[in-house]
Amino acid sequence: MKRGSDLRARSHPSYWAFLMHRLSGLALALFLPLHFWALSRALDGAGALEGFLRFTDRGVFKLAEWSLVVLLAFHLMGGVRLLLIEFGPASGLRKNWIAVAAGFAAATGMVYALALFN
Amino acid sequence: MASSLTVKIWRGTDSGAFSSYEVPRQAAQTVLDVVTHVQRFLEPTLAYRFACRVGMCGSCAMTVNGKARWTCRTHVARVAREGEVLEIAPLANLPVIKDLATDMTGFFDKWAAARGRFHGSATRHDDFARVAPGSPERAAANAGIECIGCAVCYASCDVVTWRPEFLGPAALNRAWTLVNDVRDVAQTERLRAVAGDAGCHACHTQGSCTERCPKQIAPTLAIAGLKRKVGRAAVRGEL
Amino acid sequence: MSDANMSDANVAGVAQAKRWYWQRISAMVLALCVVVHLAVLIYATRGGLSAAEILGRTQHNWGFAVFYAVFVVACAVHVPVGLANIGREWLGLGEATALWLARAFALLLLVTGLRAVYAVVA
Repeated sequence: MKRGSDLRARSHPSYWAFLMHRLSGLALALFLPLHFWALSRALDGAGALEGFLRFTDRGVFKLAEWSLVVLLAFHLMGGVRLLLIEFGPASGLRKNWIAVAAGFAAATGMVYALALFN
Repeated sequence: MASSLTVKIWRGTDSGAFSSYEVPRQAAQTVLDVVTHVQRFLEPTLAYRFACRVGMCGSCAMTVNGKARWTCRTHVARVAREGEVLEIAPLANLPVIKDLATDMTGFFDKWAAARGRFHGSATRHDDFARVAPGSPERAAANAGIECIGCAVCYASCDVVTWRPEFLGPAALNRAWTLVNDVRDVAQTERLRAVAGDAGCHACHTQGSCTERCPKQIAPTLAIAGLKRKVGRAAVRGEL
Repeated sequence: MSDANMSDANVAGVAQAKRWYWQRISAMVLALCVVVHLAVLIYATRGGLSAAEILGRTQHNWGFAVFYAVFVVACAVHVPVGLANIGREWLGLGEATALWLARAFALLLLVTGLRAVYAVVA
């Protein structure tokens, strides 16, 4: 059994960016079918959709929704970084874009939180 | 300097354990100096590789405190300060022959599998090839040709760990330098060799290769170049 | 290695290269869609979500329908490739298994997604 690397080899920004990108993508992927099913409640009429929306008014759902919005924003900007690395001019690992992704996700999270509590 | 350094060194093959040694600290001591001291004075059966001792050959690459590095170019003072333990293991992702010496066969086999060898068509009767040094292709090739095959990048890559058939950053970087060599005539075969998940398309831009390369080469960018070229060729049916 | 074996590996590699390519193209489409969607969902969430408000905006809105249908298709192309990679690399799935799970998930997203678009637009 060949030896692999441990956490110490993975302690650099590009690796964290990879890990966050994969985990956020996984979370969003698993969420999507739920999201589509929820919207499909409207097939049973506005009342059915309204019922679902009121059911998810509670805190645990709002927290989950907020987390997904932050992860979506992060995955978007992390993805833009990857597209730049793969299709743009050679400019190293573009670590500044990791900062952009984190900042954009934080800002989106704050704006969404404001919308939630408005 | 009378203080001593505790060093843990891997002993065994793929399975084994760390053995502990006490080594006197010296000024400007490198990790290779430490390994050499242990083998000469404390543990004659310790197996390890080195050659030039001066950061030119890449033979002394090992895992130092979890990171793949050239041990002749790693000062102990930088990785193990007073009171800290120095941990030395063989390179990851390669079978261990004994202690700190790994079997590099697979690494070089993948080099060949990626068509990392130049194929020309000119003979001694032809004039010299004219290659503009400032051309984009030459600049791209130059960025990667200093690779000496030390396997630090290969040992640092998690995709190599997760996908045994993945060619790895060094082989793909070499392929990219040849893709950009205007004299090479085996381009279609080379693009085929590096296409797909065993080739460039499994790279997830973790960037550990670029972070750790002692020659400051960026295999991540070489692989990005291959992804583009191969992806477009694949979609156009040229492969 | 016989010509047949080399051709098999080659065929697999080319197919994987194409999947990479379409995953990146769909990523570019999704980048635009997600920016719009973030704005939409922030706007919709203000003052609380209500079915009447949502459906008031989406019903018979064909621009909305086209945009979100494109969004769904782009997701169906983009998401499964990443899931297959996770399956291969972290769950130890074989190539064929990961591929078929990915295709199944793509179909799930396509069907449930277009159904959702229809649900709010019709």
